[in-house]
Amino acid sequence: MNVGAEAFAPRRRASGREFMERYGHWLIILPPLLFLICFFLIPFAFALKISFAETAIRVPPYTDVLSITPDQHIHLSLSLANYKYLLTDEVYAVSYMYSLRTAFFSTLICLMLGYPMAYAMSRSSKATQNILLLIIILPFWTSFLLRVYALEGIIRENGLLNTALLRFGLIDHPLKIMRTTLAVYLGIIYSYLPFMVLPLFATLEKLDHTLLEAAADLGNPPWRAFLDITLPLSMPGVVAGSMLVFIPAIGEFVIPSLLGGPDNLMIGRVLWDEFFNNRDWPVASAVAIAFLVLLVGPIALYQHYNVKDMEV
Amino acid sequence: MSERFPPLLFSILCLGIAILYIPILVLIGYSFNASELVNVWGGFSTVWYTELVHNRQILNSAALSLEIGVVASTGAVILGTLAAIALTRYRAFRGRLLLTGMVNAPLVMPEVVTGITQLLLFVSMLQFFGWPHRGFTTIVIAHIAFCTAYVTITVQSRLLSADRSLEEAAMDLGSGPVRAFCEITLPIIAPALAAGWLLSFTLSLDDLVISSFVSGPGASTLPMVIYSKVKLGLSPDVNALASIIICVVGGCVILAGYFMRRADRRRQLEIQMAGR
Repeated sequence: MNVGAEAFAPRRRASGREFMERYGHWLIILPPLLFLICFFLIPFAFALKISFAETAIRVPPYTDVLSITPDQHIHLSLSLANYKYLLTDEVYAVSYMYSLRTAFFSTLICLMLGYPMAYAMSRSSKATQNILLLIIILPFWTSFLLRVYALEGIIRENGLLNTALLRFGLIDHPLKIMRTTLAVYLGIIYSYLPFMVLPLFATLEKLDHTLLEAAADLGNPPWRAFLDITLPLSMPGVVAGSMLVFIPAIGEFVIPSLLGGPDNLMIGRVLWDEFFNNRDWPVASAVAIAFLVLLVGPIALYQHYNVKDMEV
Repeated sequence: MSERFPPLLFSILCLGIAILYIPILVLIGYSFNASELVNVWGGFSTVWYTELVHNRQILNSAALSLEIGVVASTGAVILGTLAAIALTRYRAFRGRLLLTGMVNAPLVMPEVVTGITQLLLFVSMLQFFGWPHRGFTTIVIAHIAFCTAYVTITVQSRLLSADRSLEEAAMDLGSGPVRAFCEITLPIIAPALAAGWLLSFTLSLDDLVISSFVSGPGASTLPMVIYSKVKLGLSPDVNALASIIICVVGGCVILAGYFMRRADRRRQLEIQMAGR
């Protein structure tokens, strides 16, 4: 810590203690702070830098943004070509709008399904609540990839749903759900429903029921009490749950890739293809940076309402 | 159930739970299907489970994933606990806002973005320092970075509810801050540490996107192998593998919940006894 420490060896004990008292807390703060700066924050700087590079046939596959020329000058070559490309090739704008739309509607459906679920949970007895909570949390811990795969087993052409519908004579030929937009919606709703229910339940559970009784005593019908009291008071849960579904759903890769068809281009999938199939790292970085800029709004909204009850 | 429980609410709750569970149950059912055709029931059989044992690729990737999961979740628990202590105990320090932001951001950051940015860092680091090579090390570092967030949030809420005065009393009685923390606060937050570790472990075990980006040739984790198999089409041995993973994880979660509740109840009892 201190190069001159050996020279003051006799005083070291006392000053060591003083040192601990003054700076000891940095021993706790610094490890996570430095780790996250190095491996979470700084990576974004690199992505930004490489988004200004150009593709090159070498390892790693991009040109240097900063280089030192033979005559000892620092050479900076920023190329805006990647961003220009994002604006001109309409696949990016289309896929971003498509992701937003898909995420928005699946969040809405999750909310419509999740709110009554959370409400019913909050109204049941303590013992039932604990069991229901476990039932909702269990899929939340179960592998995401495997659950998407399991859903495929239900909705594919010869899956359980079609087999059952055919057997009961409800349909003549199998419904085509796999590789359609509907499959992507089903996948997102199925995967993210617990993320909606848990924060909603956390706020609804804390709701003061005497308020509702007071409203009823004053002659309000239950739906009125719900609209005037329950709904406004559960807003933090609604926002937190919606953002926990909406934000990851926009960047979703696994669901459109496994369940969606070739035209279900979501931004996460475009980025993945750009990187793994086209091997165009600079364009992929530019997509990531542009995506991040567009996400700032929803993330800020989430942080603003950040409820701390997401722990299990 | 309480008396005010409209049938409509009850049926939506049941519908939601059915949506969550039917696919998993059907998957487990199909894993015992003797027929190789996924849509024909060929009788009960455990043939796909025995097939798994002989599949080198799956066994190797499972071992790699478990190894990564243990190392990454242990690292995340250490860093996440330190971050939680820093955020609850030290109200004002330089970088507090930064730490808060970095702890919350991974929860909402799209995995594709985290994955590609981290890969670009690792590639640049390799160019300059000759370390780290893409594979085990890079996956572990990337997993620690996002798991730390989950651990911090889990431990933070537990720390906030922990009674600080107990630790202060121990320090007044002459024990040092480290000892006071280890003997008083650590046992109180231990369930949160366990929960954080388990959560990190399952997240690490499940991660496909970030691992795919930061991994190098030769290092395929279990989700990467499953993904490429599923992408090629349904295969019955994936059903068996998935069933095993789901049952093991489900069992662990139920057990962990049971132990945590028991530990909590015992603590409540002790507090009551002490209060008399």
